[in-house]
Amino acid sequence: MATHPGGLITTAPPAVRTTRLVRRFGDRVVLKELDLTVAPGEFTALLGRSGSGKSTLLRAVARLDHTVEGSGELVVPERVSLSFQDSRLLPWLRVLDNVTLGLRGPGARERGLTALEEVGLAGRDRSWPHELSGGEQQRAALARALVREPELLLADEPFGALDALTRIKMHGLLRELYERHRPAVLLVTHDVDEAVELADRVLVLEDGLISVDLAIDLPTPRSRRDARFQEYRDTLLTALGVAQPPLPTTG
Amino acid sequence: MTDLLPTARSGPALLIKGAPAEDTAHAGPTVARGTRRRLGPGRAVPFGRLIGPVLLVALWWAASASGHLDPRILSGPGSVLSTAADLVSTGRLQDNVLISLQRAGLGLLFGVTAGVVLAVTAGLSRSGEYLLDGPLQIKRAIPSLAMLPLLILWLGIGEQMKVTVIALGVAVNMYINTYASLTSIDSRYVELAEGLDLGRAQFLRKVVVPGSLPGFFVGLRLGVTSSWLGLIVVEQINATSGIGYMMFQAQQYAQSDVIIVGLVAYGIFGFASDAGVRAIERKVLSWRRTLAG
Ligand SMILES: Nc1ncnc2c1ncn2[C@@H]1O[C@H](COP(=O)(O)OP(=O)(O)OP(=O)(O)O)[C@@H](O)[C@H]1O
Ligand SMILES: [Mg+2]
Repeated sequence: MATHPGGLITTAPPAVRTTRLVRRFGDRVVLKELDLTVAPGEFTALLGRSGSGKSTLLRAVARLDHTVEGSGELVVPERVSLSFQDSRLLPWLRVLDNVTLGLRGPGARERGLTALEEVGLAGRDRSWPHELSGGEQQRAALARALVREPELLLADEPFGALDALTRIKMHGLLRELYERHRPAVLLVTHDVDEAVELADRVLVLEDGLISVDLAIDLPTPRSRRDARFQEYRDTLLTALGVAQPPLPTTG
Repeated sequence: MTDLLPTARSGPALLIKGAPAEDTAHAGPTVARGTRRRLGPGRAVPFGRLIGPVLLVALWWAASASGHLDPRILSGPGSVLSTAADLVSTGRLQDNVLISLQRAGLGLLFGVTAGVVLAVTAGLSRSGEYLLDGPLQIKRAIPSLAMLPLLILWLGIGEQMKVTVIALGVAVNMYINTYASLTSIDSRYVELAEGLDLGRAQFLRKVVVPGSLPGFFVGLRLGVTSSWLGLIVVEQINATSGIGYMMFQAQQYAQSDVIIVGLVAYGIFGFASDAGVRAIERKVLSWRRTLAG
């Protein structure tokens, strides 16, 4: 059990529980006694306006915010993986060494190769990161996150820097990998469509609290043209304060 | 040009309306342009670095062969070569070169070690930074050779003083560059290492050391240069051996050929050591994509 400026940390199920979590920068309180529970294996997306504190929350859950003032109680599993908006591969390590970085125990190399194969990068293990395209780098980062077999995967806009086509492919890949490994996922995104397409539960962060908690009850794979998809999407956009023009009625 | 034609034929829709047919032939250079980075320095030629020095020697040879160069001012390449052969056959050159190399090598060794240890200490701990960085930045402003009188006062004029002067210059170069590189390691990589639960040793090995290697090599190259500089100066102060001593003696007897042999020896070692460091650097930093490619 470790103490933390943010409060007490214990390691036990559920996947994530924050109790009265507070984080502030000077006078600016970003998280105001936020309560959040994510069940093991649950795919949750976190939406919110820019500056609403999504990254702050994610960094708190990842325990990367030692320097941030705050309080509250935080329960997270032992094995947590974090993926960033940039792929953040170390430029001086080959792709495989990046994936297995910090991996302990025997068979690390084999596990790394398997993870690379899973994300479609078989045979690129000896490449330098700068030899990969942006999408491939992001896939390598995904392999690095999954090779640790996390009970919780935290992802801060992992597809933010990718083009639309690559994003679509990455969505498919992420969902597929999720269904195979079943970690709890907390995915931060700006993109309402992405949230509804991938997650089983969508949260909206507003004024330091969870203002919307919406279960997405749609079978996967999901089609954006599905009428119920549109309904969820509109609900969320309204919650985010984006005025919705009435849908044109098409036959 | 020929491999261009099929593309032009297969995509007639791309041809600009009304453009004459032979215009497609002018697209040739546009294709060739892709092989070279437009803002880069151009393609590398093997041993291209040697062109300059070779040209200089040729010029010197031509000037002395045509009699434009008075041998009392500067001996020609021929007499320098025969003097060098004499110096080698008597063993005088080797002895002096060996002692000089030993001084430079020891100075480099101590200097590099001290510089790196200081840089790592200052870079990885706050107290190290507060204690070390200030004095070393001040020391940087004082040329190591300016410390000579003090070092002679403390250490005398023996080998100890000579190696210390060289090491001092090397250490400052190593420290400044390694420290700068180390402290500019992207904080996002530190965050990554924390997120991956890297231990202290792994963090050092996988993040800190490779991240500060570029600065280490800049420091090493400057350090090698400064070790030769220090060597030249200390060998002219009360030395009884070494290349510098050999040249100093030759000056007394106006033997410009011996002086040239000494200069060439300094030059060869300077050039070879720099080339050696560059080669190692290229190998170790092969992950980098730089302008020179
Ligand atoms: N290190 C910091 N120092 C001071 N203020 C900060 C710091 N980090 C974040 N903030 C502030 O906290 C608030 C929340 O930031 P955060 O990065 O969590 O937003 P976000 O929801 O992730 O936004 P975005 O969608 O643009 O990434 C912002 O107002 C930001 O200015
Ligand atoms: Mg953010």
